[in-house]
Amino acid sequence: MEYEPVIGLEIHAQLLTDSKIFCGCSTKFGAAPNSNTCPVCLGMPGVLPVMNKSVVEFTMKMALATNCRINPVNRFARKNYFYPDLPKGYQISQYAYPLAEAGYVDVEVNGDKKRIGITRIHMEEDAGKLVHDERSPSSYVDLNRACVPLIEIVSEPDMRTAEEAAAYLRRLHEILVYLEICDGNMEEGSFRCDANVSLRPIGQAEFGTRAELKNMNSFRNVQRALEYEISRQQYVLESGGAVLQETRLWDDSEGVTHSMRGKEEAHDYRYFPDPDLVPIVISEEWIGEIAKTIPELPLEKRERFVREYDIPPYDAGVLTATRALADYYEETVKCSGMPKGASNWVMGDVLGHLKEDKLDITSSPVKPKDLGAMITLIEDDTISGTIAKEVFGEMWKTGNPPGKIIEEKGLTQISDSGALESTIDDVLKANPDQVGQYKSGKEKLFGYLVGQTMKATQGKANPKLVNEILKKKLSAL
Amino acid sequence: MEMNQLTIHELQKKIREGETTSLEITEALFKRIEAVEGKVNSYITLTKESALKEAEIADKEIEKGNIGELTGIPIAIKDLMCTKGVRTTCGSRILETFIPPYDSTVVKKLRGDGAVFPGKTNMDEFAMGSSTETSYFGITRNPWDLERIPGGSSGGSAAAVAADECIASLGSDTGGSIRQPAALCGIVGMKPTYGRVSRFGLIAFASSLDQIGPFTKDVEDCAIMMNAISGYDPNDSTSVPAEVPDYREFLSRGIDGWTVGIPKEYFIEGIDPEVSAAVEGVIKEVEKLGGQCREISIPHTEYCVTVYYIIAPSEASSNLARYDGVRYGFRSGEGRDLLDMYKMSRSDGFGAEVKRRIMIGTYALSSGYYDAYYKKASQVRALMKGEFERAFEACDVILTPVTPTPAFKVGEKLDDPLQMYLSDIFTLSANLAGIPGISVPCGFTESGLPIGVQFLAGPFDEGKLLQIAYAYEKNSKIEKRRPVL
Ligand SMILES: [Zn+2]
Repeated sequence: MEYEPVIGLEIHAQLLTDSKIFCGCSTKFGAAPNSNTCPVCLGMPGVLPVMNKSVVEFTMKMALATNCRINPVNRFARKNYFYPDLPKGYQISQYAYPLAEAGYVDVEVNGDKKRIGITRIHMEEDAGKLVHDERSPSSYVDLNRACVPLIEIVSEPDMRTAEEAAAYLRRLHEILVYLEICDGNMEEGSFRCDANVSLRPIGQAEFGTRAELKNMNSFRNVQRALEYEISRQQYVLESGGAVLQETRLWDDSEGVTHSMRGKEEAHDYRYFPDPDLVPIVISEEWIGEIAKTIPELPLEKRERFVREYDIPPYDAGVLTATRALADYYEETVKCSGMPKGASNWVMGDVLGHLKEDKLDITSSPVKPKDLGAMITLIEDDTISGTIAKEVFGEMWKTGNPPGKIIEEKGLTQISDSGALESTIDDVLKANPDQVGQYKSGKEKLFGYLVGQTMKATQGKANPKLVNEILKKKLSAL
Repeated sequence: MEMNQLTIHELQKKIREGETTSLEITEALFKRIEAVEGKVNSYITLTKESALKEAEIADKEIEKGNIGELTGIPIAIKDLMCTKGVRTTCGSRILETFIPPYDSTVVKKLRGDGAVFPGKTNMDEFAMGSSTETSYFGITRNPWDLERIPGGSSGGSAAAVAADECIASLGSDTGGSIRQPAALCGIVGMKPTYGRVSRFGLIAFASSLDQIGPFTKDVEDCAIMMNAISGYDPNDSTSVPAEVPDYREFLSRGIDGWTVGIPKEYFIEGIDPEVSAAVEGVIKEVEKLGGQCREISIPHTEYCVTVYYIIAPSEASSNLARYDGVRYGFRSGEGRDLLDMYKMSRSDGFGAEVKRRIMIGTYALSSGYYDAYYKKASQVRALMKGEFERAFEACDVILTPVTPTPAFKVGEKLDDPLQMYLSDIFTLSANLAGIPGISVPCGFTESGLPIGVQFLAGPFDEGKLLQIAYAYEKNSKIEKRRPVL
């Protein structure tokens, strides 16, 4: 029997608000344990949560960017369970009344477009973190992360391959990062993904029993874990067994999933509306205001780059990987008027140097205005492409504009035909054999003579002009 | 008359006229506490040293002419409102050692007004009870008859005022926990509208029902206390940004031409005949004052106890989850692993009544039962709220008994939770509907136990409650008595 996988993803994204969702504490990562805390996020007796309005607005942005319906009234619920990193014994989340529902995003896998439904997006608080002491049987609780705002994005079970799931995950990731509401760091846990996977015989309408996968902290691991789990379930079914409803953990080093807990151990979270928080009422007006702040999203930008700058879709994809890179590219185009040249330089030298120096595009020592100016100098023959590489390297080191570097190093192209003519005369005189062979039909030697001229000028000669004068002189001989 | 026997407004007058000082009042108060506390047990924690310091500071401010209505006045705080640096136990072993790092908003307000804090008063554990018998720190006794309970859960705060162990006090009312002990101790107690007073720093029992309010010796003091504690608090999202009037202005306005609703569901069989008679007396008095009493109906009243005992335990089961032994309070050292530690800390840290309610609430919220219990209860609650809204379209206030009986004997109902729950039947509805209520003394039984009458008003109409309560207090011929201790 042939089986078809059915995959749904649950994504948790930490929001980049300055303060926590229900108190004024900082959300900065990496502070000393328990230093970003107050009685509210410590869950002290008697404290009350107060909603951070930016969290609602950040979530509304994501809802609008993923074509969701924003509910006019939504409210918080308590999800009750015991764990030492959960100071109140419940997590404040949304249950029956999430902020947004019924959206979608489009993804592309191997050239095929596919629409993946989004069931809901809701706000909630994060829990703290346990630190285990390897040397003694003690654990410590760090509550810096407690009460940091999260959104949970739940997809429809619309994905059929691990690749589709990975494409969906990347799409959500780039939207979140584009909206500047999440830093998208999977390793630090600010972007986390759980997956539900089941198999069903092709043609069957109802879903099979699903397993929930956890602990996949990179795009690659999500895809690997899904691929593994699909084949595991297929093996179970084909050998006449039954897939169990359970939660399974991905083990990165072994490349397998392990059962963590079964259905009977599943929590009853006893959700009920949180009486400490009043319902959040979202007006059409408010939605309108937030809609105005939504930037051009990656997919739209990609399509526009192909259309407007006439660059290949692949290049457009690379250049729109982040909003900052796309802005850098567009600024370079604006300053040079050369979309092609700009894309070559940005994708080549700029990204190469960034990678080498482990820098982010926003901290590139070469600013788009200077890169644009340099591209213009190539175009108007002030410098050659070869010299440009040298100039760029110097710009990267010093942060100086290209004009200054060219002037200081005397790298301006020799476009003065008088000066070039005498140099070429010298070259011809110094190479009588090659000139003779050229005259007798060995036209390849023309290149050799150009090379000699360039060498004599330390590469500064305008190659076009060299060609012209050399041709003229050779034919006159 | 000793200074500690006077009311806030009487003391304020004396302070202004230089006849007494805060230090004198506070010293008199502690003399009284030392004399009677062994019999009554109003307090869990006494803070004599800091109180005397606060009194000295208040006196300095008074000398400078900075006299507010509460400057230098000793006010006791129920031991579930957080006080910075002073342990706050909620009457529970599980918080026996808990010292809050912050002040609740109400305490901050009173501190700002120059009040003096003699101590933290006893209460039923986590405010779950109607008799102050479930406290880990012993039973509080009714100053009028030490064999009897003072009511609950704010029994310590009520007894402290009645026994002149403080001038006024704060309590909290989730289902009657201010009004019922006020009635049983013969003093004034008000539960404000839900959202009138900040709950920030009030250790939660049932968040959608809890409200802080004052116990005072008379209605004028109640108005003074309401002025001090009311108002929106940005730290409490459920507090309401409505303007707070000067409650004293309502006092002498009278009630001529008012309509006073008498809900027939509150005059049921089983009410003690002496309580009935006293409340009938109030109705007559109200009519003499120009009020028109007419029978009304709040049909869903019969479901009050049921609805309350689903909603309150449900919220409590969640609110009390944080007491897990991990970060503060009692932790059992016996457990072998995390789950063991949780189980043993909570088993040993909580008393029987608290555990009973946690179990009821956990059950009611469980998947498969939620719709039948919590959701249904919330729907009935909404209906009841609507019935009150309609009632207040036709009436200025509603008049009812506070409790079906006067104070019962210690131990009488402790083993019969259902009987205990029924002692709140007349007070629960105000919490469920979110409306304000006041309990005012309206007489004594033949054996000398106090009886109270309850007035209820629409949301944020505390002024009306003070208006009718003051008119009644001034004109009724209830004799002034003091408990003999
Ligand atoms: Zn905090």
